[in-house]
Amino acid sequence: MRAIHTRRFLAAGLAAGLFCLTACSSSDEPDAASNAGSDGEAITLTIGLFGDFGFEPLYAEYEAAHPGITIEERIAEFSDHHTNLTQRLATGSGTADIEAVEVGFISQFTATPDRFHNLLDLGADQLEDRWLDWKWQQALARDDSALIGLGTDVGGMAMCYRTDLFNEAGLPTDRDEVSQLWPTWEDYVATGQEFMAAADGKYFFESSGNMFRAMIEQAPVGVYDSDDNLIVATSDHVKHAWDLAVEAIEAGMSNQLTAWTPEWTAAFGQGTFATIICPAWMTAYIEGSAPDAEGLWDVASVPGGAGNMGGAHLVLPAQGENPEAAYDLIEWLTAPEQQLKVFQETGNFPSTPELYDDEELTQFSKEYFNDAPIGQIFTEAAQLVQPQYQGPLQGDVLTIIGQGLGRIEEGAQTPDEAWTQVLSDLESLA
Amino acid sequence: MNSSTRSRLYRWDVKASPYLYIAPFFVLFAAFGLFPLGYTAWVSLHDWSLLSDEHTFAGLDNYQRLLGDPYFWNALRNTVSILVLGTVPQLLLALLMAHLLTMRLRGRTFFQMGMLLPNVASVVAVAVIFSQLFGRDFGVINWVLESLGAGRIDWQAGVASSHIAIAVMIIWKWTGYNALIYLAAMQAIPRDMYESATLDGASSIRQLRSITIPMIRPTVIFTVIVSTIYGLQVFAEPQLFAGGGYDTVTGGSSRQFQTLTLYLYEHGFNRGFQFGYASATAWVMFVIIVVIAVLNYLLVRRIRSSS
Repeated sequence: MRAIHTRRFLAAGLAAGLFCLTACSSSDEPDAASNAGSDGEAITLTIGLFGDFGFEPLYAEYEAAHPGITIEERIAEFSDHHTNLTQRLATGSGTADIEAVEVGFISQFTATPDRFHNLLDLGADQLEDRWLDWKWQQALARDDSALIGLGTDVGGMAMCYRTDLFNEAGLPTDRDEVSQLWPTWEDYVATGQEFMAAADGKYFFESSGNMFRAMIEQAPVGVYDSDDNLIVATSDHVKHAWDLAVEAIEAGMSNQLTAWTPEWTAAFGQGTFATIICPAWMTAYIEGSAPDAEGLWDVASVPGGAGNMGGAHLVLPAQGENPEAAYDLIEWLTAPEQQLKVFQETGNFPSTPELYDDEELTQFSKEYFNDAPIGQIFTEAAQLVQPQYQGPLQGDVLTIIGQGLGRIEEGAQTPDEAWTQVLSDLESLA
Repeated sequence: MNSSTRSRLYRWDVKASPYLYIAPFFVLFAAFGLFPLGYTAWVSLHDWSLLSDEHTFAGLDNYQRLLGDPYFWNALRNTVSILVLGTVPQLLLALLMAHLLTMRLRGRTFFQMGMLLPNVASVVAVAVIFSQLFGRDFGVINWVLESLGAGRIDWQAGVASSHIAIAVMIIWKWTGYNALIYLAAMQAIPRDMYESATLDGASSIRQLRSITIPMIRPTVIFTVIVSTIYGLQVFAEPQLFAGGGYDTVTGGSSRQFQTLTLYLYEHGFNRGFQFGYASATAWVMFVIIVVIAVLNYLLVRRIRSSS
């Protein structure tokens, strides 16, 4: 009897082990990089993006002009994209020939330039004047010896708002008058109070994390000082942004949505919130998520002055076997002519200043946004941006703070508790 | 070939063949089971980040840090809570369904096959659909609650509500599967036992308790252990339930539904790629799973046999 029991124990243990192994060792399936050969004949270039960059129509054009080149696009979700990229760079296999990197993650990668092809050696050294100075700088290694990426778009900020909801709440709807409502973020929150008093079941903005991030992006110094020290705990600006976001949460202004969730997307269509911070790339997202709201959205200036939010670079991981061909492609994709086409297609705003007095850009407007002169608005916004140093884990730091604000929104913690946990979470951030 | 060689070959064949037949499993298990298990133990003793090539020996540091991390204990609490909420109703329901299916029903095969359908659906599809159903603003469940006059529930935000939602996904997926296993075991119970019980005036539920369950005890033990193991490793359900952003790794902004596997994933495949730390987590999980599986076994063994 005893022996049988012991054997059953063993069997139970063995079964436990087996199941753990099958599930614990879940791993990402490596995408086979498909290169037909680097001897100049048929080459397949893979390009890994987060979300739609509006490149699709350009590929056909490029392929037609370059026989033998096939372009293959892989699109992942924003949060997965950078994690996967880091992982594949670290393990030395699985990246695409060309990868997009969002600005919040770029300095994490400029810290290890040897994992990328140096674009200065591939011809980019002749092109420095093509981009906004700070856009160029963001992709430079700390010692300026290597450039890892070419800039696509920049995210000069504006504020998108729903004219119908503003009207119902008794607020002005004209974009100039709306801009005058909120020169500062305090004024924005005060406008929010007014809105909440009159609005029935609607919210003033979608997420406090986004509002916080906008305030941080406008500061001369963000969450890192220029020596890569995290200054969240000591910065007055961070504290001020946090306090103001908390004030807005406590006034019930936030729709408590997490960006990029299905609920967030659905909320655009349902029109449950009245304002959203609008870097240029956001306009395409609004249009795509709420096709029925044409003419209801308009664009005003953002409180608190200029700042950049988002935007990306295209980088060439060193594991890519066709650096020259890949470089030619990204040079072409980020050239002013193509950036203009992308802007007209998606709203992603060019990072190349030579376009900023091009009428095709400055005169651009969209019916969807009540014919707001978005070309002009975003050109001004981009030109006013003062570059801010982005620390190595910028993206993660903002995420952790955003989660802290989320805990206040959900009522899980008091603002003080949330702040304490943010600081301790930041400390354990490797 | 003379007869003695042939008989020697024959004897050898009889002795060795069975081992040869089971060998593929054990070879695969050694390569994909035993080796990773041992290697993980080795990695767990190191300061082993995917981002650097240096792997310094750290002894039990990782384990010490792990056991001192309140987020680990939080993840363990969440896991056990989801396990209990997901497994107990699941097995009871499966038992009841199996019992109902032993009765004379029209189209029994249809029902038996239908029960297995949720199990065939991919975990990801199940999790995505249920996350939509449990949506705060536009979910069907909240819509029903509201039209019944009850308030909306922010399923993701609360500890209990999120655990219940995740448990529902597990229950939906696995109840039919377990019911089929029970049903198969029940087919082996001699019908005359039920007949004589019916003559003695025992009700259907009484028959389930006093005849069926004791008779299928080994099967119950098997399902309890297997579903415990599954429950302690839920990953896709909580990950997708969070919707998007970093909440998918931390299980909500307050880590209210971060399970052990999500905790492991957070450390191994996100921040810092700390494989040493993640391996230590995997090993602690392994031990926890073995302990809970054994405890469950001891508990379920107490079901009295009817004889």
